[in-house]
Amino acid sequence: MTSLPARVLRAGRIALAAGAAVFLSGAIAKAQVAPPPGPTVEAMKKRGALNCGIDTGVPGFAFQDNKGVWHGIDIDYCRAIAAAVLGDPDKVKYTGTTAAARFTVLQAGEIDVLIRDSTLTFTRSTVLGLDEVAVNFYAGQGFLVRKSVGVTKAAELQGATICVITGATLELNIADFARSTGAKIGTLLFDKPEEAIAAMEAGRCDGYTDDSGSLAGMRSTLKNPDDWFVMPELISKEPLGLHARSGDPRWQKILFWIDNALKSAEEFGVTKANADQLKASSKDPFILRLLGAEGDTGKALGLDETWALRAIKVAGNYGEMYETHFGPKALNLPRGLNNLYTHGGLHYPLPIR
Amino acid sequence: MTSRGKALAWQTVAVLVTATIVIYFANNVVTNLAVRGIQFGFGFLWAKAGFDIPFHLAEWDVNFSYGRALWVAAINTLFASAICIVLASMLGLTLALMRLSGNLLAMGTSRALIEVIRNTPQLLQIVFFYFAVLQALPPMRQSVTIGTSVFLNVRGLYLPAASGTLWDWITGLSWAAVLIAALLWRRIGMQLPRLLVLPPVLILGLVVAGFTAQWDAPALKGFNFQGGVRVPPEILALALGVSIYTSAFIAENIRAAIIGIHKGQTEAAFSLGLTPGRTMALVILPQALRILIPPLTSQYLNIIKSTTLGAAIAYPEILQIFARTVLNQSGRAIEVMTLVLGVFLAINLVASAAMNAWNRKLALQGR
Repeated sequence: MTSLPARVLRAGRIALAAGAAVFLSGAIAKAQVAPPPGPTVEAMKKRGALNCGIDTGVPGFAFQDNKGVWHGIDIDYCRAIAAAVLGDPDKVKYTGTTAAARFTVLQAGEIDVLIRDSTLTFTRSTVLGLDEVAVNFYAGQGFLVRKSVGVTKAAELQGATICVITGATLELNIADFARSTGAKIGTLLFDKPEEAIAAMEAGRCDGYTDDSGSLAGMRSTLKNPDDWFVMPELISKEPLGLHARSGDPRWQKILFWIDNALKSAEEFGVTKANADQLKASSKDPFILRLLGAEGDTGKALGLDETWALRAIKVAGNYGEMYETHFGPKALNLPRGLNNLYTHGGLHYPLPIR
Repeated sequence: MTSRGKALAWQTVAVLVTATIVIYFANNVVTNLAVRGIQFGFGFLWAKAGFDIPFHLAEWDVNFSYGRALWVAAINTLFASAICIVLASMLGLTLALMRLSGNLLAMGTSRALIEVIRNTPQLLQIVFFYFAVLQALPPMRQSVTIGTSVFLNVRGLYLPAASGTLWDWITGLSWAAVLIAALLWRRIGMQLPRLLVLPPVLILGLVVAGFTAQWDAPALKGFNFQGGVRVPPEILALALGVSIYTSAFIAENIRAAIIGIHKGQTEAAFSLGLTPGRTMALVILPQALRILIPPLTSQYLNIIKSTTLGAAIAYPEILQIFARTVLNQSGRAIEVMTLVLGVFLAINLVASAAMNAWNRKLALQGR
C-alpha cells in the first residue's frame, strides 16, 4: 500500500498526461484541413443551393433575357458547379454584384464563389483574403471607338477622352498605358455602363474601354453598332475567373477541378450530346476516369463519381460554352487566347489522374 | 436616492451599455478581419494613386498619393456644393415669391414646378439633365464660338486661361478688397448701396489684371481642345440637377416662413407707405429668415450629400474617386468608407455650425 501523498501524486501525473494527450490530439485535429468536401460544401448542402456571385449584366458573361432567365458563360459555370456538387444545375441562387461591392460580398460569406468577369490580380489575392481558383476567360483591356475618328492603334488615342467604368482596374490600366507610351488619354468615370455608353453615343467621349469580351457585348447594344469598332489591340492582360474566399482549400480544389474537367472534356472530345454514350462505350481510360466509369476521382473531392459528367451535361464542355455565348451566332468574338493550348490558346487543363 | 442621483445612475448605465456595444462590434470587426487574413491600416494613403482625375481644381497628377486624391476630390465636392447652394437658394426664393405673388399665372407655374420636381427621383433628374445638356450642346467640331478663343461644345466650355505673377496679385487683391469692403460696409459708414459700388470696382480690378496677364487660348488639336480652362458639362448637369431638386423644398420652406410672419406686419408696412416690393425686402424677409434658417440648414446639408450623385454622371467627387476607384485599387473597403464618412461628417458639421451661428445672430435677443 503506497502512502496517500504518493497516490495523489500519481493520480495527478495521470491526469496531467491525459490532459496533455487530449489537448495535443485536439491541436492536431485543428491543424488538419477539414475532411472533404469541406465546410463550404456542407453549408451548401444544408441550404440546398449554391450562392453564386455574378455580374449585373454584361452580354456573354451574365445577363438576363426578357423572361428574367440568366445567360452567359459565368452562369454556365455556376450551373455546372451546382450540378457537380448538388446534383442539380438549377440549385443556384444568383447574386448580382457591382464592381465596387463584389469582393466584400464574397468576404462576408454571402456568396460561395464569385464568377463575375473579375480579373485575378496580386492585390486581390494578398490584401483581400481571396484566392484565385481558375481562369475561365482570357481577356485584355481594349477600346471601342467611333469608326469616323480614323484611329487604328491605341497609341493614336493621344489627347482622346475615353468613357470608363469605375470600380475596376480599367482606370489604372489606362494611366499605366499612358505613362509607358507617353500618350495622354483623358478618362471620364461613370458608375454604370449604361450612362457611359449613352454619354459616348452623345459624343461626350471618343470611345469606351473595357475587357475585350465585354466590349463585343456592349457594341451589340449600341444604336448603330456599325459606326463603332473594337480595336484589335489590347493594353492589358485580364485573366477573368473564379474567386473563392480563403480558408476552405477543399472547396477551392472542387472549383479548380470542375474547371479542369470542363476544359479536359473539350480536349478529349466529350460533349453535352455524347457524354453519356462515351461513358458507356469509350475505350480511352482518361475519358472513363473523367466521366466516373473508372477510378474514384469523386471520392477524393468528397463528391460522387459522376460529378464531372453532370457538370459537362449542363452546358457542354468549355468550347461549347464559348460557342454559345461568344461564337459566330452570338457575339462573334474569335476564340484567340481562349482556345485550348492545342489550338494556339492558353487553356491547358491539368491531367485528371 | 435623490432624483438627481437616479438620473446620474441611469446615464451611467446608458453610457456603459453604449460603450459595450461599440466595443463588441469593434472587436467583432477586428477578429473577423484577422480570421479572413485582411489587413487594416491607413498606410495606403501614402501609396501612389496612378489614375487620372478628369476635372480638378486642386493640383493633380497621376503620381500623387491616395491621400492627395482625397483632398482633390473633397475640393471638387465642396465646389459643386457651393454652386448648388447658391443656385438652389436663388431658385427657391424665386419659386416661393412666385407662389405668393397673387398672380394666377405665376402661382400656377410655381406650384406645378414644385410638385413635379419634388415628386420625381433626384438621381433620375440628374441623369436627365446630363443627357439633356449633352444633347443640347453641339458636337466638338461644330463648336459655338464666341470671339476667337471661347468655345462651347459637348465636351464643355473652353475659356482662355490667364497666368502671370502680376495677374495673380491684382486679381487676388481686388477680390480680397471687395469682400472685406462688403463685410465692413456699414461699419465704415458707407451710405451708398453696396451692390452699386463694389461690382464695378471688382470688374475694373479684373480688367486691369487682364492686361498684365499672359493668355493661353484653347485650340482644337487632334481629339480635343488643348490649353485654356475647361468647364465640363458634368458640373453643369450636376448643378442643375441638385439645385433644381432642392429648390422645390427650399421654396416651400421659404413660403412657410413668410406665411408665418403676422399679417399685421405687412399692413403696418403698407400704412407707412412702403411699396409691396420694399415691404417684402425690408420687413417680411428679414423676419422670415429667423423661421427659415433651421429647415434651410437641413436642405443645405442635403445638397452637400446629394453631390455624391455626381458619381453617376462622371463628376469626380469624393464618392466616385475615393469610394469607387481608390477602394477598388487598394482593396481597403473599411478604411476607405470610414474616411469618406468622416469627410462628409466633417463638412456637414462645419456647415451646420456656420448656419447655427447665423441663426443665433438673428435670433430675438431676449426682448
